[in-house]
Amino acid sequence: MRILVVGGGTGGTIVANNLARRLAPEIRAHKASITLLSASDRHMYQPGLLYVAFGQMMPDELYRDQASLLETCIDFHVDPVEQFQIDQNKVKTESGKIHEYDVLVIATGSRTMSRKIPGLTEGAETFYTEEGAVKMFKKLRDFEGGKVSIVVGVPHKCPIAPVEVTFSLHDYFKARGIRDKVEIKYNYPINRIHSIENVAKWAKPEFDRMGIKYETLFNVEEVDVENKVVKSMEGSEDHYDLLISIPEHHGMEVIEKNDLGQDGWIPTDRYQLTMEGHDNVYVVGDTTNLPVSKTGSAAHFEAEVIAENIASIVKIGTPVSEYDGKVYCFIEAGHDKATYANFNYLTPPDLKAANKSMHWFKMSYNKMYWTSVRGLL
Amino acid sequence: MSETKIIDACNTYCPGPLMELITYMKQASVGDTLELLSTDNGTAADVPEWVNKIGHEMVSSEKVGEVWHIKVRKIK
Repeated sequence: MRILVVGGGTGGTIVANNLARRLAPEIRAHKASITLLSASDRHMYQPGLLYVAFGQMMPDELYRDQASLLETCIDFHVDPVEQFQIDQNKVKTESGKIHEYDVLVIATGSRTMSRKIPGLTEGAETFYTEEGAVKMFKKLRDFEGGKVSIVVGVPHKCPIAPVEVTFSLHDYFKARGIRDKVEIKYNYPINRIHSIENVAKWAKPEFDRMGIKYETLFNVEEVDVENKVVKSMEGSEDHYDLLISIPEHHGMEVIEKNDLGQDGWIPTDRYQLTMEGHDNVYVVGDTTNLPVSKTGSAAHFEAEVIAENIASIVKIGTPVSEYDGKVYCFIEAGHDKATYANFNYLTPPDLKAANKSMHWFKMSYNKMYWTSVRGLL
Repeated sequence: MSETKIIDACNTYCPGPLMELITYMKQASVGDTLELLSTDNGTAADVPEWVNKIGHEMVSSEKVGEVWHIKVRKIK
């Protein structure tokens, strides 16, 4: 069984490592092989970017060498795929090499699309890249007062990020002693302040207590950079001194170019995690079109199901598990307390009051991630 | 040529039915009709509020069994 994993982010790396352990006897007996193709020789812990944006982590803390995270039996190449020839069970890479497979796992991830909104790239700060997070921190450090507005694109990676960055802004300016000189305005696309109803119910009184203003049904249409005004599709305008954007995301360009899914999202069976119409092609993490959070957590739980099923197909000829929609997200409620949302397709999250212990658990997880992505945790 | 696309947002809490509708509405062409399926009762009120504010057209909204079927036409 030739297993090919395309993409070396959280989902692809966990699938490969988990499979390497489950199939160790078959790999030793040359009855199975695992190849991982990635666009980079480095692996980034993306949730750490929020801390970089507030000067709490340095960018170099977010990276490890990808090869150092992989089981040694995994055949790893930095050679991104250019062509998916799904009907022929093979891919062609940037270097021109052809990889044939029996089972394919697509884990190519997502990208920001700020350029879709006129003025957003020039007018807004964002922390979804290393460069952006560092630039945002410098802007925050130089900010002495005025109005900070937050806008949120649809769809976006990490649905918890909008409330986390807003709580962090409050604590950051409070710590600098200028919170009374800063107005924080939160703009959100739907008609409550978070997509998860219980998160919205929890966050609203927190926003009120912190003096954070908010507007709902605000989908960004354009940014007038010169006059510092952000306009919504719904017809309202918001003046700002500093604009922070959670940008719209798409799947990767290679997915669109190969006609695997509109906007780069691959149509995926929500339980089997297979590409629609292709039982030997699995899709993990941000790359799916599933109506679940695009987070490392979702990718992690999906990856475990995919690895379990591919391994069972090798061993007994059939998949044994289904993805139940599980997601577990930490929610930083500022710089010294946090809570969490744990849910699946059928059970909504039941939020607890934020506390210091959960914050320190999250800070610990920021280090434990490297164990998690190795498939050990 | 316009088409009707079905968006299955049943049994999902995040990003949720209205966020799913907004995502697919951005992909749609003017004149397309989207049919949102949702098991969340709040969707029946949330969608018309957004549709009316942004200026699309509510085509229909009905509950069949436990599932809301809400059709919206993209106008602009």
